[in-house]
Amino acid sequence: MANNELTNGSLKSYAQLLHSKQISSLELTQAFLQRINQYNPSINAFIALDEDKTLAQARAADARIAIGSAAPLTGIPIAQKDIFCAKGWPTTCGSRMLANFVAPYDAHVISQFDAAGAVNLGKTNMDEFAMGSSNETSYFGGVKNPWSYDRVPGGSSGGSAAAVAARLCAAATGTDTGGSIRQPASLCGFTGLKPTYGVVSRFGMIAFASSLDQAGPMAKSAEDCALMMNVMAGFDERDSTSLDRAKEDYCRDLAKPLAGLKIGLPKEFFAEGLSAEVGQVIENAITEYKKLGAEIVNISLPNTGLSIPVYYVLAPAEASSNLSRYDGVRYGHRAAEYTDLMDMYSKSRAEGFGDEVKRRILIGTYVLSAGYYDAYYLKAQQIRRLIAQDFVEAFKQCDVIMGPAAPSTAFKAGEKVDDPVAMYLQDIYTISTNLAGLPGMSVPAGFAPNQDGPVLPVGLQIIGNYFDEARMLNVAHQYQKVTDWHSLAPNLPEGKA
Amino acid sequence: MALSIEDIKKVAHLARIEINENDANATLNKLSGILALIEQMQAVDTRGIVPMSHAQDLSQRLRDDVVSKTNLRDEFQKNAPILGNGSQQPALAGGLYLVPKVIE
Repeated sequence: MANNELTNGSLKSYAQLLHSKQISSLELTQAFLQRINQYNPSINAFIALDEDKTLAQARAADARIAIGSAAPLTGIPIAQKDIFCAKGWPTTCGSRMLANFVAPYDAHVISQFDAAGAVNLGKTNMDEFAMGSSNETSYFGGVKNPWSYDRVPGGSSGGSAAAVAARLCAAATGTDTGGSIRQPASLCGFTGLKPTYGVVSRFGMIAFASSLDQAGPMAKSAEDCALMMNVMAGFDERDSTSLDRAKEDYCRDLAKPLAGLKIGLPKEFFAEGLSAEVGQVIENAITEYKKLGAEIVNISLPNTGLSIPVYYVLAPAEASSNLSRYDGVRYGHRAAEYTDLMDMYSKSRAEGFGDEVKRRILIGTYVLSAGYYDAYYLKAQQIRRLIAQDFVEAFKQCDVIMGPAAPSTAFKAGEKVDDPVAMYLQDIYTISTNLAGLPGMSVPAGFAPNQDGPVLPVGLQIIGNYFDEARMLNVAHQYQKVTDWHSLAPNLPEGKA
Repeated sequence: MALSIEDIKKVAHLARIEINENDANATLNKLSGILALIEQMQAVDTRGIVPMSHAQDLSQRLRDDVVSKTNLRDEFQKNAPILGNGSQQPALAGGLYLVPKVIE
């Protein structure tokens, strides 16, 4: 079907079709909207659509192309995670607390895409306040993994993940606090990048854990991610942790050969807890890299096991502070009945937040409370430094680090939802890079069989040194030139006619 | 450090989240599991290690003290919550937000 071919294209191919006037942005956007109408009722990847707004942007893009002032992403429909404020759009962060919130201004990321002439296709589903690894904590319901509808897409960027995998958008944005871009990219079989902390502005991006949150691209290939990064990255004075660095072209190194590349394999990423089938896929990918001329270096990140305990002190501590703003006073959910101010706060927050968000607020409040600060928060910050130093040592021996992005393929919906600790272990390979502030990617590397179901995608994680995104994208792109895992899309069950 | 039901209630109060007896018990269970995970940190000797609060150890950027934001009050107040206690109106009056009486 022509529509299927069109929605399976690369960002570069869309730009060529648009600039040569073979298609219009309106036609491209309508092709995606049609596909969303067909499949979203079952997948639930998008939680806000506004055809009028979307098509108006497409028309404006066509006008811009007509006068010859198009940029690489002009006219291309992008799905936006519902964590980004987009003026005039509902912005819920997957929570009942913000179910009626319409953003009064644009996040920096959104204004960057607007300036590039990209089309906002809609807002995507996510775990509530980005707290989750399966998208099951969303107030707006779970999201189906397009490869197998009985499985989760991963989280927290589960809606963006399913939208990219099911080709419901040209590309999407996500955010990654402990693995929320890379783990769903692994489980849904596409390419996702979490940049170095501070590279993409957090302005207008609803805060979870401010010292860890970072936005990044979710797309069909490394090259697409590079084009997205060219739009998303850059200094923004409105985010006090935005890094004032010169603008980069993330496509500049894509074509470089990999001969002599030193790949570090941390033994801790291949130890107990990793599914044997996933491990095999990662080994095959490493073999492919050897063929491309890379050298393998065995390394150790001895404090990897501590990253989850440290994260579940620091992230909830920051969250409990960030989420104290939801008090039912000026925006957000307010309880229908209350007696006094304290009662209004307590009822509004009890009703507005879901169970996982409440758990994390309570943990955060506990570890920050009088008498426990040194034992928990300070201790976690000290171990955070040890984890970061492990990477500093490792990067003296290698250029990039590789391993699995997630310990298993996509698990069944409902399987871990009542066991927070089991859910937290999903992020064992991704969390340490957030703590260190390093960039990380997940790249499709094949499929693994499961005892109880279909073969499912596996992501290879690539971790780079600070600001080494261009090199990581190069490393991923060269692999994608000799493999086709990234270009495979799921056969979706019959959608709505 | 074992958590008690009193701890849960105290923390819920500090966090301004109403919690009933049933929920407090279920929460105690789940939070105890999470705290057991966190306890692994205590085995590490961290004497003399400087705490790390941010990936890049930068000092806070400062800006000039000038007016930089436009007044968006009308825009912001479109998101005001419903007043409640029988009223379906936004919790607004004369450009201000309505809350229960704070000082008796």
